[in-house]
Amino acid sequence: MFMTIFEPWNETNSKPFIEFRGVSKRFGALTAIDNVSFSIYEREFFALLGPSGCGKTTLMRMLGGLEKPSKGQIFIDGQDINTIPANKRSVNMMFQSYALFPHLTVADNIAFGLKRSDMPKSEIPDRVNEMLKLVQLDNLDARKPHQISGGQRQRVALARSLAKAPKLLLLDEPLGALDKKLRQETQFELVDIQEKLGTTFVIVTHDQEEAMTVASRIAIMDQGKLIQIDTPDLIYEAPSSVRVADFIGDVNLIEGNAQKMANGKMQIEWAESQPALIADSSAQIPNDGKITFAIRPEKIAMTKHKPDDADNAVEGHIQDIAYLGNVSIFKVRLTSGQLMNAQASNTRRLSRRNFTWEDKVWLSWTETAGIVLTK
Amino acid sequence: MKRFTWFNTISLTLGFAFLYIPMLILIIYSFNASKLVTVWAGFSTQWYSRLFNNEAFIDAAWVTLKVGFISSCAATILGTMIAYIMVRGGRFYGRSLFSSMIYAPLVMPEVITGLSLLLLFISIGLDRGVFTIILAHTTFSMCYVSVVVSSRLASFDVSIEEAAIDLGCTAFDAFRSVTLPIIAPAVISGWLLAFTLSLDDLVIASFVSGPASTTLPIKIYSSVRLGLSPEINALSTLMIAVVTFGVLTSSIISKRAIKRQKREEEQAFKNG
Ligand SMILES: Nc1ncnc2c1ncn2[C@@H]1O[C@H](COP(=O)(O)OP(=O)(O)OP(=O)(O)O)[C@@H](O)[C@H]1O
Ligand SMILES: [Mg+2]
Repeated sequence: MFMTIFEPWNETNSKPFIEFRGVSKRFGALTAIDNVSFSIYEREFFALLGPSGCGKTTLMRMLGGLEKPSKGQIFIDGQDINTIPANKRSVNMMFQSYALFPHLTVADNIAFGLKRSDMPKSEIPDRVNEMLKLVQLDNLDARKPHQISGGQRQRVALARSLAKAPKLLLLDEPLGALDKKLRQETQFELVDIQEKLGTTFVIVTHDQEEAMTVASRIAIMDQGKLIQIDTPDLIYEAPSSVRVADFIGDVNLIEGNAQKMANGKMQIEWAESQPALIADSSAQIPNDGKITFAIRPEKIAMTKHKPDDADNAVEGHIQDIAYLGNVSIFKVRLTSGQLMNAQASNTRRLSRRNFTWEDKVWLSWTETAGIVLTK
Repeated sequence: MKRFTWFNTISLTLGFAFLYIPMLILIIYSFNASKLVTVWAGFSTQWYSRLFNNEAFIDAAWVTLKVGFISSCAATILGTMIAYIMVRGGRFYGRSLFSSMIYAPLVMPEVITGLSLLLLFISIGLDRGVFTIILAHTTFSMCYVSVVVSSRLASFDVSIEEAAIDLGCTAFDAFRSVTLPIIAPAVISGWLLAFTLSLDDLVIASFVSGPASTTLPIKIYSSVRLGLSPEINALSTLMIAVVTFGVLTSSIISKRAIKRQKREEEQAFKNG
């Protein structure tokens, strides 16, 4: 099958759809958004991820025109959005609280924006029906918002924001109120809708898995700054800083002193009387040599005896086991005193497990398994 | 739990007796055939028919209704606007001062409100009459409306309005087509409250009314000073009926809104 790779951010001649230029937003003394500059491309599914209060909603509200930047400019399709009022932009927002109109039926909610657009009156019912079909709510059109379930409300909100076929759709934690199964279904539905309509999506989420599932790129925010923007796999596999590594997924962080070896690899002194770790990394070692070595639990192998051919192997004993169903997380206390998490899939039944509490084990990984972080 | 213990029953009876026996007596005597207020001489509606033939009373009633209607409409519009700005206006300089100033007239002695309005009207050379009563009533009932409406506004999600603007409404269109329908029950009960307050008012009206603009409470008060008459009882009974109707309707409207919401939610829950 032939597929073009969708990576406009890597192409030099592609024009950004949305562009933030040195945008800051202050609320009194608080700086909610701190001088951010970045671009989003057409047809992207752009996810904003970050701890609570880092400014995700604020960034989104500025895009939707509900908040004005204190400094800097935002361009949509080459046009400075400060010059267009919120009700004139081809941007729609799906609110975290859904914000459905309680006095209108499901169908009227969806038609609300259409009635205020250039669409001829006669075409509105067809468009509404089309939207109802898209979110699979055809039979609920006459209900009021409080007469339908939470998941159905969420889909009405989605249909309402999609009805005007905006060029840009902003979703603020759209699936926060749904249970896991419905959430996953809706995630796929979102991706599906996006592929059908070609809308550009910006989504705020607390849920990393959600961001990983739906996003073409993820932006990690922290205290009003964007600290990394990359594809989900790069965010996970090649975080640019300790903060990002720590925020996304589970990670073991080991501080140490790095040195380049003759063969170009890196040698990391991390604990007294322990052999140095070997890592294959091209990171620039700072002058003082201080770095953080990050390795994900699932990249660590656990064995009873010291493996012969491992690049890195450390000894310890199992202090705790967290059984998560499909996998187990082993908390291993190393002889040097550090605590390290290793993950193993539960291929066998619980009763036949190889390892148990207080077992002596060896943790090992290859020289390319971890990342050397200098920030 | 046993609800009707002796103690509960007695205290309830006493409380309500204390509240309603005077009014009940008034109502009963309005149907008295005798002219003597304290002697019962059989049932009759003569005082009502006399009342309706008494020009002075009819005039006063007409003034009262006109004042009540116009002032409560004006108070509802102004009070709703104030409530909207207080709740939605964001933080502006002196906002908390303003919002507590809104409540001040609620606790201000009516004599003072009346007196200050009187001084104002005299100083700007406004002749006292129906118009000044309307102004005065609008002034004080506006605060009540704004209290009722702002409590409703405060409890509904701002993002509903933002969603309307996001979908292409201007700020005014969003208010008209989304905010107003949602807060309508509160606005209506605010109007009824303002209307009832205006019907009730004696003190402020007597400060600002002119010779040709007597409201019913003023009329009743001045005729009672000349001696009790069953005609006044009949008039008061009618006023009690109107006020009761207003208060009941206002509370039923807000109760119904809550009940309907609840019922529909239950229905939705049953339907899954
Ligand atoms: N209208 C406002 N007035 C004052 N401060 C505000 C306002 N809106 C947001 N803030 C502050 O700006 C910061 C960023 O808020 P924002 O809502 O963007 O966070 P968030 O990343 O969306 O958080 P969450 O994940 O909890 O939703 C917070 O510290 C918040 O308190
Ligand atoms: Mg938020």
